[in-house]
Amino acid sequence: MEITKDLTLPKLFLRTVEKYGSRKVAMREKEFGIWRPIAWHEYLERVKALALGFVALGLGRGDKVALIGQNRPEGLWAEMAALCVGGIAVWLYQDSLVDEVQYIVDHSDTRFLIGEGQEEVDKALAIKDRCPKLDRVIWDDPKGMRGYDDPILISLEDVSELGKELDEREPRLFEELVEKGQGDDVCLLFYTSGTTAQPKGALLTHHNMLKMGQNMMAVDPCSEDDDFVSFLPFAWIGEQMMSISCGLQAGFTINFPESPETVQQNIREIGPRVLFSPPRVYEQMVRTVQVRHLDAPLLKRKVYDLATGIGGRIADLKLARKPIPWWLVTLGKLADLAVLKKIRDHLGLACIRRAYTGGGALGPDHLRFFHAIGVNLKQIYGQTEIAGISVLHRDGDIKFDTVGTPLPETEVRIAPDGEILSRSPCVFTGYYKMPEETARTLKDGWLHSGDIGFLDADGHLVVFDRRKDVMTLADGSRFSPQYLETRLKFSPYIKDVWVIGDQCPFLTVVVCIDAGVVGKWAEDNHIAYTSYSELSQKAEVRGLVVEAIGFVNRSLPAPARIRRFVNLHKEFDADDDELTRTRKIRRAFLEERYREIVEALYSEATEVHLDTTVTYEDGRVVHSKTDLWVTEVPEEAA
Amino acid sequence: MTKENVLLQVEDLRIAFGGVSALAGVSLEVRRGEIFSLIGPNGAGKTVLLNCINGLYKPDAGRIIFDGKDVASLRPHQRARLGISRTFQKIELFTGMTVLDNIRLGRHIHMKTGLLDGAIHLGRASREEIEHRDFIERQIIDLLEVEHIRDKVVGMLPYGLQKRVELARALALNPTLILLDEPMAGLNLEETEDMARFILEINKAERWRTTCILVEHDMGVVMDISSRVAVLNFGEKIAEGTPQEIQADPAVIKAYLGEAEELYATRR
Repeated sequence: MEITKDLTLPKLFLRTVEKYGSRKVAMREKEFGIWRPIAWHEYLERVKALALGFVALGLGRGDKVALIGQNRPEGLWAEMAALCVGGIAVWLYQDSLVDEVQYIVDHSDTRFLIGEGQEEVDKALAIKDRCPKLDRVIWDDPKGMRGYDDPILISLEDVSELGKELDEREPRLFEELVEKGQGDDVCLLFYTSGTTAQPKGALLTHHNMLKMGQNMMAVDPCSEDDDFVSFLPFAWIGEQMMSISCGLQAGFTINFPESPETVQQNIREIGPRVLFSPPRVYEQMVRTVQVRHLDAPLLKRKVYDLATGIGGRIADLKLARKPIPWWLVTLGKLADLAVLKKIRDHLGLACIRRAYTGGGALGPDHLRFFHAIGVNLKQIYGQTEIAGISVLHRDGDIKFDTVGTPLPETEVRIAPDGEILSRSPCVFTGYYKMPEETARTLKDGWLHSGDIGFLDADGHLVVFDRRKDVMTLADGSRFSPQYLETRLKFSPYIKDVWVIGDQCPFLTVVVCIDAGVVGKWAEDNHIAYTSYSELSQKAEVRGLVVEAIGFVNRSLPAPARIRRFVNLHKEFDADDDELTRTRKIRRAFLEERYREIVEALYSEATEVHLDTTVTYEDGRVVHSKTDLWVTEVPEEAA
Repeated sequence: MTKENVLLQVEDLRIAFGGVSALAGVSLEVRRGEIFSLIGPNGAGKTVLLNCINGLYKPDAGRIIFDGKDVASLRPHQRARLGISRTFQKIELFTGMTVLDNIRLGRHIHMKTGLLDGAIHLGRASREEIEHRDFIERQIIDLLEVEHIRDKVVGMLPYGLQKRVELARALALNPTLILLDEPMAGLNLEETEDMARFILEINKAERWRTTCILVEHDMGVVMDISSRVAVLNFGEKIAEGTPQEIQADPAVIKAYLGEAEELYATRR
């Protein structure tokens, strides 16, 4: 398909609808226990009614429509409807706090805010007085909405009705509005969850999004018979990439889970062929398997170890592009039959052709795990500013420590200071209302990523770390804290970890244990505890962490080994600003917040007293005092 | 107050176990569409009163008039058919069955096809089953947010979810009056708030409009969601009124809340 300058997502949408009509299923939603199909023509009807409804309410070209909610067909309909009439979609993370919602709604000049249900409406009503440009709050799920009578509110159903009335009066209006769109029009305003400052709004055009889908599928074609499960936030560019860019071009079926709690179950029911998720989803899958393994009887554990051992050997040979001896092939088949196939099935990966990870670093151990069980997991590298993707592993050319090679029409080069620069038709037009930031990021069409990396001998891009995060060790060599963190997170007991030690004599870490896994372990070992914070400070639990760190230390050069650590009394939380909404740790903030811990780690202290204040969402402020142990990692383990 | 407005009328109800008089002449009227709470110290007779209303206990004297009809002589399942449904203080589910099967059991009373139809399972029986399944999915599972556990065995579920399944089963009856015996007991704060939300929903939503009699110790919840409150003490009703009136009633504070615990009653 040729992407011309006047092609837009809505025009492509109309073409796809024309092609499939009622013959093919565009999306499915599990509702009331049944997968309910929605054909392409119904998709169009819904979008059309909503689009005209927006027009009836006064939405003009270039107006912003903010959306917040779970993955449901209604969300995608509303987004597409906004795009059809020339609006710009602004997606927010559903767990955003009121202040974050206010910042984005206000900064983006949002006119319509579409929330899924009562919770979102409450947020909207809380901010409406502080966001003067907000005209309408539209809701969808009626549960709990009885008794809400603010005139700013209107239901999605009523908007549809308005649209249908307008359609009767002006039957050609919808098509005319779609026709008006141009490829260079902005379609998405996406706020990047910055690890440092306030979120920045990246402006992406229809052309950006279309080209991204095209270039990605030039490498890995998707077919119209594929199934995709949409369960990650629409506010994440990767989800837009699959549900909108690739979805419309390939015409595959998008499946929406019944509720957030049923995602894993629903993925297994659908058996998607394509999956694109941030690292945490894969980390969770590995942890699930590891925990089951810890729980299994001895014989099962032995069989599992044997099978994954064989799978790992084969994966290593395959990726090194070395021949696999016949006997190993035979063993591999047996291992697959006995164990690996079942693991894939339990993870919902039974039919998977390609799985992608992006939006953060996934550890080499995790990647190897998936290849060992026979899942073709590939890295994607890109930023929101380049519509999500610029570099990708090719089938059969995968290395655990790289992110692959650039897509077609994409150039990647390394600046003299090591920064990764990229240029392609997908590069965004700038940040909304932030000319200085734009000038700093976009120079002569080159997108400055802020990441440090290099190209290896085979032309693969290796991403070292964020430039501002790269640390210098005692011996003067530079290292990536993120790399160490991903390695440590392969331990099922460690959920999050923060590596410290820039310009310091040695490295230290702050660990957040995994409450579920460690809790289970404690139960099995008859260790009594009442809370997360107590569990984290138990000598036995600290022993577990010593072991996990020791294991990673053994494969590291002496200066990069971790000497001391503290188990934190709580998990990192995005609500406390410790993580971004995409679960990346915010180092600068952590250093500020946990200064006492850092000081203790680099002193002789064996204990650190924390005096913290927690502010709850309802405004209550609670002081808490906690004593944390500083634990040495013994040299012999290191 | 007109009589049509009264859904349940209890007149001079008495029951004694051995020498202990559990209810010593309790009278009260529950109006249509309200949340009527019963509070009182342990052993005050709250659960006994619920057991009399739904027919588990046969009172020694007194009348129970439900929807204009004296139900005192009816068996529990007959009262259930009239639209009285309940949950229990100590969960009474079939722990070996799935959530869905437990809810279906609550629906059983509305099945019209007989054993023979069911055995052949064609036409009428299968159609009826689909209708009931539709009702359960749309009205109950969606409302109580138990999609993710519908196929789980009840015994494996955490306590908070089991409480929710109990409510689901009681709702499957499509009741006019629901008796809730300590629905919040043993729940954490979040689960309590969810439960309160569900109770309000079944009471207020157009679809349900179910009258509730609530026995509960969590005063925060009782004072928040009740239309009226009655206080029992040693088998006698010592007060009745709106939550505000009850909170201010000196007899109540003395008998139940205790002077020092006044704050507790106004929690939140």
